[in-house]
Amino acid sequence: MSNVFIAFQKNEDSRAIVNAILADNPGAIVSDQPAMVKIDVPGHLVVRKSTIEEEIGRAFDLQEMQVHLITMSGNVDETDDEFTLTWHQ
Amino acid sequence: MAVKSIAPYEFEQKDTADKFPTPLLYIGWEDHKMFCAPFCAPMPPTMKFGDLVNGALPGMYGAHPDFARIDWDQAEWFMSGKPFTPDMDKTLAEHGLGHKSVIRFRTPGLTGLSGSCF
Amino acid sequence: MDMKATKKLGLKERYNLMTRDLAWNPSYQAVKDVFPYMEYEGIKIHDWDKFEDPFRMTMDSYWKYQAEKERKLYAIIDAFTQNNGHLGVTDGRYINTLKLFLTGVSPLEYMAHRGFAHVGRQYPGAGPRVACMMQSLDEIRHAQTQIHSLSNYNKHYNGFADWRHQHDRVWYLSVPKSFFDDAVSAGPFEFIVAIGFAFEYVLTNLLFVPFISGAAYNGDMGAMAFGFSAQSDESRHMTLGLEIIKFILEQDPDNLPIVQAWLDKWFWRGYRVLTLVAMMMDYMLPKRVMSWKEAWEIYAEQNGAALFNDLARYGIKVPKGWEQACKDKDHLSHQAWNVFYNYGAAAPFHTWAPSEKDMEWLSAKYPETFDKYYRPLWQHYAKEQAEGKRFYNGTLPMLCQVCQVPMFFTEPDDPTKVAYRESEYKGMKYHCCSDGCKHIFDNEPEKYAQSWLPVHQIYQGNCFPEDVDPTQPDFNPLAEVLRWYKIRQGEDNMDYADSPDKKNFENWRSQATGN
Repeated sequence: MSNVFIAFQKNEDSRAIVNAILADNPGAIVSDQPAMVKIDVPGHLVVRKSTIEEEIGRAFDLQEMQVHLITMSGNVDETDDEFTLTWHQ
Repeated sequence: MAVKSIAPYEFEQKDTADKFPTPLLYIGWEDHKMFCAPFCAPMPPTMKFGDLVNGALPGMYGAHPDFARIDWDQAEWFMSGKPFTPDMDKTLAEHGLGHKSVIRFRTPGLTGLSGSCF
Repeated sequence: MDMKATKKLGLKERYNLMTRDLAWNPSYQAVKDVFPYMEYEGIKIHDWDKFEDPFRMTMDSYWKYQAEKERKLYAIIDAFTQNNGHLGVTDGRYINTLKLFLTGVSPLEYMAHRGFAHVGRQYPGAGPRVACMMQSLDEIRHAQTQIHSLSNYNKHYNGFADWRHQHDRVWYLSVPKSFFDDAVSAGPFEFIVAIGFAFEYVLTNLLFVPFISGAAYNGDMGAMAFGFSAQSDESRHMTLGLEIIKFILEQDPDNLPIVQAWLDKWFWRGYRVLTLVAMMMDYMLPKRVMSWKEAWEIYAEQNGAALFNDLARYGIKVPKGWEQACKDKDHLSHQAWNVFYNYGAAAPFHTWAPSEKDMEWLSAKYPETFDKYYRPLWQHYAKEQAEGKRFYNGTLPMLCQVCQVPMFFTEPDDPTKVAYRESEYKGMKYHCCSDGCKHIFDNEPEKYAQSWLPVHQIYQGNCFPEDVDPTQPDFNPLAEVLRWYKIRQGEDNMDYADSPDKKNFENWRSQATGN
């Protein structure tokens, strides 16, 4: 099963997003690099608005994530509540 | 495949011989990649092969320590990858070398810096 | 009074209202006349509404988030400038990677802007049109932010000032230039498969992660800032590329062989352009991020494998040339740096032989190949340089007709042998560096017979300044070509060791840390 991944710039807002992803994706592997954090998950990754809002302590529009996004891998699907990456294999 | 287009697709070739003052020849010295790629140089078709070897090659390849050790009698020559034996007194044209021909030479026993083929 | 909060529209509904539902089918002009490029490539689209932009960006969101990125970015650029941030980089050699970037990559951002604006107009579907328009805006933003960011370096260092002039003329820059010219002069479907998918999805991480991480590792906040700012747009671009290719494949089975052929061609063309990145990572970064080999293994072999497994359900196969690119990973960067070492007098950035420490790293990262094939070369060069005989190659190289790179590439199974491939077209010989480029030539010889090859153009006499006088006794054709390139002898070119850049960097740094 191949990994999907998502990578963010390192800043205070993305820290909350990363924590949310780790909470919602049990198979996640974090790779911490200068100025960038990359998260790999086998097959499927979900970013959940409600979890981010708990972490960040304010309302959060999922599209705001794009300001911090560096790169990603997998098929994207997005609604108001969830942003997912999936390999169909 | 050929180019797909919505109108006739007819354009001039950029590098026909008539565009050059002198036709181009490509020359490579096998196993000496210190010279990162084969050379491209204008060589008149009337030039004798011997003048290419003795006149042009030293300037091109002299910087390599192997160059001074070459025994030209042992050198092997290739034209478009096929072996040929040059006649030092015949011209490039007489050898069938023309615009954008490619020749290589190999100097058996000489395999570059510490045998690395550089 | 009973106040009922109206239910907000969901993301999907908002997106449809602001894109698809604002589109219309022309009724007073024929669709074929409004969209004239849709049929000639042989691609069949039956229902444009089936294209779904997964990011579902509407223009209002776009402006909001792009504006925020700009504000953040320019604040960082200002801070970097005010603080003499350039003196914080690891070593003055690092700055040469930025010269490579500005001359080679930034103009491509501009061409991507042009290309996406064009195809965005040409597709009948509202969804792809909106996505292409946003990408076109992103790309000009990238060009602008890179120019702004790097203008700070231009104040202090050589080799930046004439990037635009040089992109159109200098020998190695015809490699990226011809790559994009090839794409924008292809049809709209080929363009989007070439750039949107093959470049922006399959290969993008191999361009941007090395440069941006390189910036981060080497203390370059300016480049890092624009890099990350651009990357956040890249995710949308990647998604467009992947979605469009799935859309095209789902529309008609006849599209598969056409798309596969484009994938084969453009993977190979993009891979050849990445030669410059390979050598940058392994030889030009004072503090290295990872080796080209490692980057290839992560971003191509692992990630690419995942991607092609996913696309297998459409009948897509791994691109031709994939296997060779994987074999090359142990050799590419070393051989490529040798080209620039050879022709260091003709490039507007500095070159140098790796130090002992550098070679320790290279040896560790390339245990099977570095010491055997490449160490002797660098040791020889170092020795010659120490004796005052730094090697500069004075004869012009043979170039590949398609990728336009000097023909340094070796046979896939023998890294000691230069690869030569020959074709004939209209009675003339054409030469390529590899099976990959030869296939591209043989498929469309009419196109590649038009390649503006810098070496051939020099020999045709087309690369001299207007005031050149070949009758002068001291006429030096190569010096005149450098003048035409606007490469200033002894300033922009030659070894780093003798450069004004090195002197200045070290001088200013000592001034910044002493009294």
